[in-house]
Amino acid sequence: MIAELLGDAARVARKDLLIEWRTRVTINQVIPLGLLVEVVFAFAFDANRSLLEQGAPGLFWVGVLFAGTLVVQRSFTVEGPEGITDALRLSGFRPGSLFLGKAAAVFVELVVLEAALLTGVVVLFDVAVSDPLLLVSTTVIGTAGFALTGAIYGALSLGVRVRETLLPLLLIPVVAPILLGGSRALEAAFGISTQPGWNWVGILTVITGVYAAIGLVAFGPLMEES
Amino acid sequence: MSGASDRGDSRHLMTSSVATRVLGWVGLASMAVMALLGLVISPRDRIQGEAVRLLYIHVPTIWVAYGSFILTAVASALYLWRGSSREDRGRHYDRLAGAAGEVAVLFLALTLVTGMLWGRITWGVFWQWDARLTTTALMFVSYLGYLAIRNMPAEIEARSRRAAIAALLAAVNIPIVHFSVEWWRTLHQKASIRSDRNSEITGDMFATLMFSLLAFTLVAAWLMIHRYRLVRLEEIREEEGLALAVSARRAEGVNA
Repeated sequence: MIAELLGDAARVARKDLLIEWRTRVTINQVIPLGLLVEVVFAFAFDANRSLLEQGAPGLFWVGVLFAGTLVVQRSFTVEGPEGITDALRLSGFRPGSLFLGKAAAVFVELVVLEAALLTGVVVLFDVAVSDPLLLVSTTVIGTAGFALTGAIYGALSLGVRVRETLLPLLLIPVVAPILLGGSRALEAAFGISTQPGWNWVGILTVITGVYAAIGLVAFGPLMEES
Repeated sequence: MSGASDRGDSRHLMTSSVATRVLGWVGLASMAVMALLGLVISPRDRIQGEAVRLLYIHVPTIWVAYGSFILTAVASALYLWRGSSREDRGRHYDRLAGAAGEVAVLFLALTLVTGMLWGRITWGVFWQWDARLTTTALMFVSYLGYLAIRNMPAEIEARSRRAAIAALLAAVNIPIVHFSVEWWRTLHQKASIRSDRNSEITGDMFATLMFSLLAFTLVAAWLMIHRYRLVRLEEIREEEGLALAVSARRAEGVNA
């Protein structure tokens, strides 16, 4: 049963990634926007090198948060028109598979986005990576948490006319702990802070687990109607 | 739908009844007594001076807000769990959740405002990145999102179900936010601001605080009942509006 669940999830993710590959919205629009956010921060802080270096982990996650919200938005916008939602419901996929598949596709797109953002942060804000393993673990787990949460709230605002404004309002307060934990862990990974980073990875793992469980339960009722 | 039976009873087309009028007046009177107790009769605090009087608004409002959030979560859970088997399709639970959610947000806003004023006097700043404050602020924004879902233009059943799920998600999220923020602040700096808050409250001050809680609870109950009834009237209006529009179009067809 689990193999079937994951197999169907992979099919859903493949479909979403194929749409992305053909339209290139994340690559051509969202990634440049994420980089733009980082550049704008430099304007805001008057290009103060030490300030930007100190704030780099937080600024990275703020970039992920804004750009990631757009990725989630996009992921559910493609399901909106022409009765596609109904088609998805009639497809026979379990709600759990739809949930995990949508989240997986968002996750992959976000990882590509983050690779670009991290390069931007290292180059623009002059930070050095002192613990690559911590960096990778934090971004992978934090991003998984973000993608899973995003999939729940994306479905919650699916098919609603005010979706564009509703989704950020719902999503950002909920992913605030990911931003918080991710920033603190990256501070340690960049060698900016001497405080323990791995504990935050533990917290991010718990949050990710909680939202995976909630999504598996809640996605069914969310997709039932529209 | 329950609208038909609601419509038949003209008493239900108003938001007030004898009981709520009495409740309203008692609430108003207790507010006046609370002001007297809080501003005149209760003593100054040894450490905080006159600023302690903010306590009589700040603490009861957060208690009422928490109580209302619990009510929203419970009503939302009941809506999802039992709603479809009820004759009214769970409309009662949905209205209750919505009315409680609105009151909770209002009271939480009062808590935040009085807290900030108190902070300015006691700490010298409006805001501290204390775990409790940060959690409360995020909670406030989450429930604004909940109210936004309740107000979104969509079919009523779909809206109610999503709102109920959002309310439960927001409730689950509170401990996560609190835990992570608490850990963040304890890592960075010890919360020093709580020391004077936990001082024992006794005598007149305690009595005033308890009376304020009663007064705010009465006002919250009054507001909640009115909001509940108003939501029901809005539902009836929506239903009747549609029926009227349909019959008007039909009439056009006959005349043509």
